[in-house]
Amino acid sequence: MCRLAAITSNKYFSPMENILALETMKEGHDGSGLGLTLKNLGGEFEDLKAYPVMSGICSRRGVEILDDYMDKLGFKLKHEWTPKIKPVKGIVQRDYYFAKAYDYPKSYRDKPMHEKEDLLMNTRIALRKIGEPDESIFVFSFYPDVITLKEVGDPLELGEFFGLDRDGLKAKIIFAQGRQNTNYQIYLYACHPFFIQGYCSMTNGENTAFVPIREFLTSRGFPGYMGYNSDSEVFTHILHYAVRQLNFPLIYYKDVVTPLKISEIENRKESGALRLIKQSLRPLCIDGPNMVIGFTPDGTCFMVQDSKKLRPGVVAGIKGKYALMSEECGIDKAIPKRDKSMDIFPMKYDMVIVSPGAEEVKVWNQLQG
Amino acid sequence: MEPAAGLRLDHNHQLSLREFPYIIRWRDDRCKRCGKCTAVCPVKAIEPTVKVQRHVSSEGDFPAPKAERKVIQIVEQVTDMERYCTGCGTCTLVCPNEAIEPEFNPQNKFLHYKNKGGEGYKRGGRRNDPAISTLDRLKFTRISMLTDPALDAGRHEFRVRTLLGRILPPEELPLKIENNKLFVNKDSSKFIPPVREIYPIMIGSMSVGALSPPMWEGLAMGVSYLNEVEGMPVVMCSGEGGMPPRLLKSKYLKYFIIQIASGYFGWDEIIHALPHMVEDPAAIEIKYGQGAKPGDGGLLMAQKVLKLIASIRGVPQFIDLASPPTHQTKYSIEEAVAKMIQSMSMAWGFRVPVYPKISGTRTARAVLNNLARNPYAAALSIDGEDGGTGAAYNVSMDKMGHPIASNLRECYLDLVKQGKQNELPLIAAGGIGKKGNLAANAAALIMLGASAVSIGKYLMQAAADCFGDESNRCNLCNTGKCPRGITTQDPKLYRRLDSDKVAERVVETFKAADVELRKIFAPMGRSTELPIGMSDGLSTDDKAMAERLGVSYAC
Repeated sequence: MCRLAAITSNKYFSPMENILALETMKEGHDGSGLGLTLKNLGGEFEDLKAYPVMSGICSRRGVEILDDYMDKLGFKLKHEWTPKIKPVKGIVQRDYYFAKAYDYPKSYRDKPMHEKEDLLMNTRIALRKIGEPDESIFVFSFYPDVITLKEVGDPLELGEFFGLDRDGLKAKIIFAQGRQNTNYQIYLYACHPFFIQGYCSMTNGENTAFVPIREFLTSRGFPGYMGYNSDSEVFTHILHYAVRQLNFPLIYYKDVVTPLKISEIENRKESGALRLIKQSLRPLCIDGPNMVIGFTPDGTCFMVQDSKKLRPGVVAGIKGKYALMSEECGIDKAIPKRDKSMDIFPMKYDMVIVSPGAEEVKVWNQLQG
Repeated sequence: MEPAAGLRLDHNHQLSLREFPYIIRWRDDRCKRCGKCTAVCPVKAIEPTVKVQRHVSSEGDFPAPKAERKVIQIVEQVTDMERYCTGCGTCTLVCPNEAIEPEFNPQNKFLHYKNKGGEGYKRGGRRNDPAISTLDRLKFTRISMLTDPALDAGRHEFRVRTLLGRILPPEELPLKIENNKLFVNKDSSKFIPPVREIYPIMIGSMSVGALSPPMWEGLAMGVSYLNEVEGMPVVMCSGEGGMPPRLLKSKYLKYFIIQIASGYFGWDEIIHALPHMVEDPAAIEIKYGQGAKPGDGGLLMAQKVLKLIASIRGVPQFIDLASPPTHQTKYSIEEAVAKMIQSMSMAWGFRVPVYPKISGTRTARAVLNNLARNPYAAALSIDGEDGGTGAAYNVSMDKMGHPIASNLRECYLDLVKQGKQNELPLIAAGGIGKKGNLAANAAALIMLGASAVSIGKYLMQAAADCFGDESNRCNLCNTGKCPRGITTQDPKLYRRLDSDKVAERVVETFKAADVELRKIFAPMGRSTELPIGMSDGLSTDDKAMAERLGVSYAC
């Protein structure tokens, strides 16, 4: 089962903190891959927050295609980051890893964010489609203040490979996944965390209801609901669908993926709305066992799981820095100095929400609302 | 020359027993001549008779054969096609000495002859095809193992429930946010259709009239018990022909789906009972077709229209009650379906789901797409070719109609294309449990995309010991001579059936199916929601079938 390490802080920190936390959980991941998503970027991207950053991997030919495509759309390159690669035995180096910050095409600069988001997503998907057949282009995210890195290999070795221990790349929210490859091929697009228009999540467990959920999402007519090389990608898209598309407050993500029984719904104040949500979003019930860690565009981080998740995740930390991880040993590594009696192991009705800036942690109980 | 054959010189135009579907095996040495078998035979296929027998014997030390003519009493099968042995086996049931039983004759030429008077063969039951159906060739192959541990069917909490009724798309929910919470926006004029949470196995439409009083009563009692005591929200459809007036005015009405069909039988009484109803029915089913006899109307024969039936249906006694093949108001699908759904919805103040039932057909998707655009259509029930009936022409049953599996699947996938797979529930019927695998067949259809399944014939077999099978055994439902007392209005026959026993068996059957459904869902890791459309869970050993249904091929 995949191992997950998310940290949210009010100060910039290096992704190595997440990777070292993953290293303590090594018995649970098999080194088949690492996924990193950084939000609220520091370092060289600190002053570029308004500009969308495209992260991905290209072959030599892919770079030309990508640059040409971006140029034609009118995106102007503002800044480019490439990792200082240190060859590591066992990791096959690809041609070109990058995070490029662009300025919007002129016609979009004054458009509302919703429209800009659609442009960014459509651009990412178009590039994905161009580059996927010959694996010349992989684009993982294209959004302001967000960078995603993915590669096949052991997380610690990949940290070294990307030179993250030496690089100044920092962020205030970093999600990391150490991959345990199960029933899907080792493929970069199957690697968590998944990201869409400001919403990001990573999951462990297996999604037994994957096919009906995928069919429901793809039939929404939203171009971003595609891919699904991993059954976990649907969790990110459900989050996006519920919060961005349907405009539900975040807590209702829990009510969508793990709906209450009708008898339990009666005890909630908003029972009428919940009954309708349970019916209309019936195909999005995840039926697990899964634990989901996610963030939303405002920097809120959360953890939820379904009733079948036998081994809960854990949320712990101190004011200003919280970690949401699949194993406690990871948190011990990342935030050793804390009151362990305050560690939170969310149960089936719980949704743990860490406010932006890691200010406070709330456990929202679904049963009581 | 012996005049053994009476006045006839040859036996032409007389059928031999080899032409008959069932041949009676009667054992002279065991029979005590009590006469029970001949008395009970519903079709008088056997009769007591006497024969002259030449008996040769010899006594003493040396052979001295003596021929003697004896008159003996035997039980004989008649060779009259109108009194063919149906193989029901009631004779075997009553025989104290196991001296008699019918044996299926696969070489029979029954259908060549069963058309006396120029009338095609009519019967009850379902399609006579004992082959393994598609449903029984589907296996559940996505077993949760180490990455997603399987659940404990006995201890884990399962929610085996489904929804009946039109479900609003999430984008159209009339919700508003107050203090970061979602509430129903009461100022919105958006119509919220009625939706029922029910058990995913429903009891299909079998009418009062087609069924005997103890059978219908037994089913109704069983359903009420399942709801009230076992907490299983099983619903049952009335079939065409109304419902007992007391039931219409009782609190138990909520467990029943009232059917309206082309004859509108019983609807005068139902409409008059409306002001006295204390509960709404579970739903209204508009019958446009039936899988067993697509495009054919219903018929309740005069001999079944006794006082009770006549009063419930609002007709005189002892007349044939024919429902036309189509609704008389049907000019177009808009006329027939849309108006009827509107009228029925209006009768109950739009508080009751109203849905049509059609027979399986290649044109099902056309109907489906019309319903998908009609915001008042609550579901679509599709009855496949293996569905049962109380009376139909054999040709309709055996040769007309569409198998349910691919019909249901293409309808579901059509809804998926439109993103409406959760808005319009599909109910699948026809041949579920044909080989006894009720839960497995139901689960397979659910994973192909059905929200619920409907059963009829299976329940008659399981709850009331119906003799009928796909080798044309018994299948006398249309004649009113049901030897089990299930489909008859003759008190001498239906007194054989104990309604309490039927109810008990209905409950047992549903409880067992529930356990089996859990035994299927648990290893697949599903417990919280019904795995509707979870097609990755299914496999078949036939490549063409796998391709058609969009499931995997496993061998």
